[in-house]
Order: sequence, then structure tokens, then C-alpha cells
Amino acid sequence: MSTETTEYTAPDSGGKAAAAEQEFETEHLEVSMGPSHPSTHGVLRLNLELDGEIVKKCDPVLGYLHRGDEKIAENMTYNQFVPYTDRLDYLAPLANNAAYAIAVEKLANLEVPERCQAIRVVTSELARISAHLLGLGAYTMDVGALTVFMITFTEREKLYTLFEELTGARFTTSYSRIGGVTRDMPDGWTDRVLKFCDEFLPLLDDVESLLTRNRIWFDRTADIGVISKEDAISYGLTGPNLRGSGVDLDLRRDAPYSGYEQYDFEVPLGENGDCYDRYAVRMEEMRQSVRIVRQAIAKMPGGPFYAEDAKRIFSPPKDKILTSMEELIQNFMITTEGPDMPAGEVYFEAENPKGALGFYIVSKGGGVPYRMKIRGPSFNNLSILEKVCIGGMISDISAILGSLDFVMGECDR
Amino acid sequence: MIAQDLKSALQESCPDLEDRTSLDWPAFNCPMDRLVGVVQALRDNHGFDALMDATAIDNGVDASPRFTVVYHLFSLQSHSYIRIAADCSDDESPVAPTLTGLFKSANWMERETFDLFGIHYEGHPDLRRILMWDDYPHHPLRKDFPLAGFENELSDPEIAANTGVKVIPAPMAGGPFVAQHSDFESKREPVAKDESWNEQNEKPD
Repeated sequence: MSTETTEYTAPDSGGKAAAAEQEFETEHLEVSMGPSHPSTHGVLRLNLELDGEIVKKCDPVLGYLHRGDEKIAENMTYNQFVPYTDRLDYLAPLANNAAYAIAVEKLANLEVPERCQAIRVVTSELARISAHLLGLGAYTMDVGALTVFMITFTEREKLYTLFEELTGARFTTSYSRIGGVTRDMPDGWTDRVLKFCDEFLPLLDDVESLLTRNRIWFDRTADIGVISKEDAISYGLTGPNLRGSGVDLDLRRDAPYSGYEQYDFEVPLGENGDCYDRYAVRMEEMRQSVRIVRQAIAKMPGGPFYAEDAKRIFSPPKDKILTSMEELIQNFMITTEGPDMPAGEVYFEAENPKGALGFYIVSKGGGVPYRMKIRGPSFNNLSILEKVCIGGMISDISAILGSLDFVMGECDR
Repeated sequence: MIAQDLKSALQESCPDLEDRTSLDWPAFNCPMDRLVGVVQALRDNHGFDALMDATAIDNGVDASPRFTVVYHLFSLQSHSYIRIAADCSDDESPVAPTLTGLFKSANWMERETFDLFGIHYEGHPDLRRILMWDDYPHHPLRKDFPLAGFENELSDPEIAANTGVKVIPAPMAGGPFVAQHSDFESKREPVAKDESWNEQNEKPD
């Protein structure tokens, strides 16, 4: 980045005034914020140019968490890549797993059973709640409200206990497979999810009472980091950040996948596109997620949790592999060669907590993708920083970063 | 049906538009010199107002045209996508026109494609690397770039001189299942690419 400073040239109005201007000529200060700064959640670095406390230029530096996921994907079979999707948006691995599996199933033109779809909806929505809880907790902590963080992290912990019960892992769940999920829900799990939902909503009201009409919170977030509708669309923002600017787009409703069209929910929208609106949208989204979870559990269909007829794609459950020859062969073929995929190209986007997580898969047949592009929503959401931070105070940056709710795992991939 | 309407409408401005095989959304191959015009027509006349994804494909080291740039546009009205692809004519130093004049999101996505594929976007205001560090010499998503990577100097010469540290390739090329694209018993059988060295056995010089 250049160290050039814009010099202020005073209008030629006599020697004295010019001399005074010379004396007060300010020099722009260059500050490197991050990559390990508490409010740059993860490893984002911002090269800032400051005039006093006013931000004149903001240049985000990415790539500290670049692992080459797309290169890795080209070198392994479709199912082997599932654990890597955990680490994209590592705050909502269950939603990533489902999005990736749906993308590959689209390539295979495979319809998964209704029960599998419903399970994916429940897990994706729980992941959304957990991701928004962390985003909200970190956001409020960045602008100085510590209590909210305590509440949201306690709730998130309860969700992680539920995830552990379902998938065997708290964080890196790897729950989806191409053509199904790894295992069915354990007995009584849905009751515990419903119990969580019942206890969660009053706590969300508590959080709301701490923030929504809080004068300090309002001062720190209202009219800060305003993103116009046009900018939000042009910069490719998605998810709550797009809806915070008042653009009515939710892929769950508008381009339904995994049976989302059966569920009744509302899409909250902001008006001003400021940090406060993005907060308000996320709060309401959590309530709507609870609504979807309750509906999905209420009409949870029976039947298999994986596509039984997809013999060349889904590896059957372990107990069947160990007792039946047919399934053993099936498992062997899928493990060694990968699932049998047709040649072709698909692009699929799922409405994830951070926005639209997209997978563009180019297949030339066989079990390994020829090219897989991952569209991480945080990548686009962060690209607006170079515009939205300008002219604000440096202390607004932590509010803006918190409200954009990004995660570097999917940004750097 | 919709795809056919779109195609005939687009062909007015670009007669060379061809269908591209696709399993989902309408997809077109477009000549590189008409790309900006076609995308602008899609944005202004057909409601595709968001550029969701811009990337490229390396069709193989020996293939020609080797590089194809691919764009996914999304319509907020009809909630559908469209895929536009264009082949780069030069295989050695591929060039594509920038779309930053139409979509702000193209800025970073083209920087990423430049970084990982080495495709030069003409007219891009700020074509720097974005994921790899600035003076990194390779383009990792090209097919001739090995999964393990290459040995590299650290980007800061002072640190490199003081520590003698280099960026070394990953210890084993991709673990147990690495697709072999060349001649092997089965074309699709994934095997380790490079087993000549690993964590236990030192790398031969």
C-alpha cells in the first residue's frame, strides 16, 4: 500500500492565512488493524489511512486463512470433501454440510427422501441460530456490552450439546453425505430440540430488552455503516446484510431447496441499511428459525434418511456393510472410486447464516470434481468495507465489522 | 423456453452466442470481445442485477483454449441464475475484460481469479493478489500446479535472510486419496500422487 498522503492546499488568500494553514497541515496516519485484533474476528487485516480519527481509506487484506480448499476439492472424491465444508463457515458447519450435499445431489440429479430433507432443514436452522448467537455476542462485545455475550454463549453451548448428540461432534460435524445424512436422529432428540426452542425464545426477549431500546447501543449502531440498496446488490452482498439494506431476497423462500417451500416463515427486512438494522434483522431471523424448526419437527416424515436407491452414490450404514455382501461391495466401490457422477456443470446457492454459500461444480464424470468453486458469502460481504468505512470514525469500524458478521474460514477458503 | 427467449434476445446484440451444456441454469458461451456487452444487456434489459460469482476453469495444460472465465448472474425479480462463459484466446497469458464497470462485486472476485489462475483482467482498477501474498510467483489453481505446492522464499527478504526459513511444500501430496488424471489401471481410481516421500521418509534431493 502506498504511503502517500493527500496534502491540503490552502486557497491563496494572503501570506498569514497560508502560513497558519501550513502550521496545521495534518498528516494522514497509516494504521494496520489486525490480523490479530479482537474485533476483526479471525484473521482479517485492515490497512487504514486515518485523518485524526476519521477513516480516509480502508484496504482489507485477506488470505491469512487461505488453505486452498478448491485445489483440495479437485483432488479428492465428493464425500471426502465433506469435512472441509465444516471449515468454511466454521460457525455453522451443519448448514455448510447440507449446502454442499445438495449441490452435489443436484449434479447427480438425485432426490433425497423427505425425512433427510427435513433433518437438513432442522440442522441448518439450528446452525443459523447458533451462528447468529455468536455473531450477536461478538458484535455487542465489540461495542462494549458484555452481558449479551454471556447469554448468547450459554445458549450456543446448549445447541452444541444437541449437535454432539446428533452428529458425534460439537464443532466439526461432517453430518451430510452425498445422498443423505450420516445417521438418523437419536430417540428423543427432537423433544430436546423443542425444549431448547421453548427456553430460547424468552432469553432472546431478554437480549432484546438489553439492546433494542438501549440508548448507548442505539448511538453506537444507528446510522453507522449505512449501505444503500444499490450498493448492497452491486457488491454482491447476501443474507442478513442484504436484507438489512431492505432488499427482499431470501433463497429459502425465493429459490426453495430441501423442502423449504412447505414451511411458513417471514423474511425480516431493514430500512436504513445501518448497523442497527442488520442487528434487528438477525434477531428476527432467529425467531423465524425457531418457527421453521418447530414446523419441521411437527411434520417430520418417516422413512429412510438416505437415498436407498442411489447405490452408486451413498455408502450404506455400517451395520448393513458388515452383514451383507451387496452393501459391502457398494461401500468398497464408493470408497475407492468415489460416487458415480455424470459429467456437467451445476451452480447451487444455499441461504446460509452469513449469506448465499455457492458451489459451482464442473464434473467430467467419476468420483472427483474437475473444478469446484466455492462462493463464500463473507468474501463479498467484506468487499464493501472499502466503501462503508470511509468517512466514519475508527471506533465505528468495530461496530461495522460486528454487524457484517463475517467469518474468515469461508472468506479465505 | 425462457432460455430460448433469452438466447434470441441476446443474439440481437451478439450473434455468436452459443449454448453451453449445463445441468441446471441457462448457460451460454460468448466470444470474449462481446462479453461486457452481453453481461450489460443481461443486467440492463433482462433483470440480472447481481453478479454472484466470477471464476475461471483451467481446461488442462495441453488444452486449447486453456482458460475459460465463467460468470453467474442472478435476477432478483425472477430468482433465477444464468451462466456466461468465455474462452481466453491466449493460453500463455490469458486476458479477459473486466466487469468492474458493471458490478462492484467483480472487483474482488476478479482479483481472486487473477491470483489463482493468472488471468489478466484488462481495465481492472486494482489488480493485485488477494489470497496469496503479493510477490508469490505461482497461480495455484492451474492444473500444472502440484497439490503439495512449491518451495518458496518468504515474502520478506529480511526475515528470510535472518531465519533461513522457506515456505516448503505440504509433507504429503494430498493424503491417501489423490486423483490420478494420467494413465493408471482405472482412470477414476484415486491413488496417492507422490509417495516418494512423507513424514517418515525424507524428501529426496
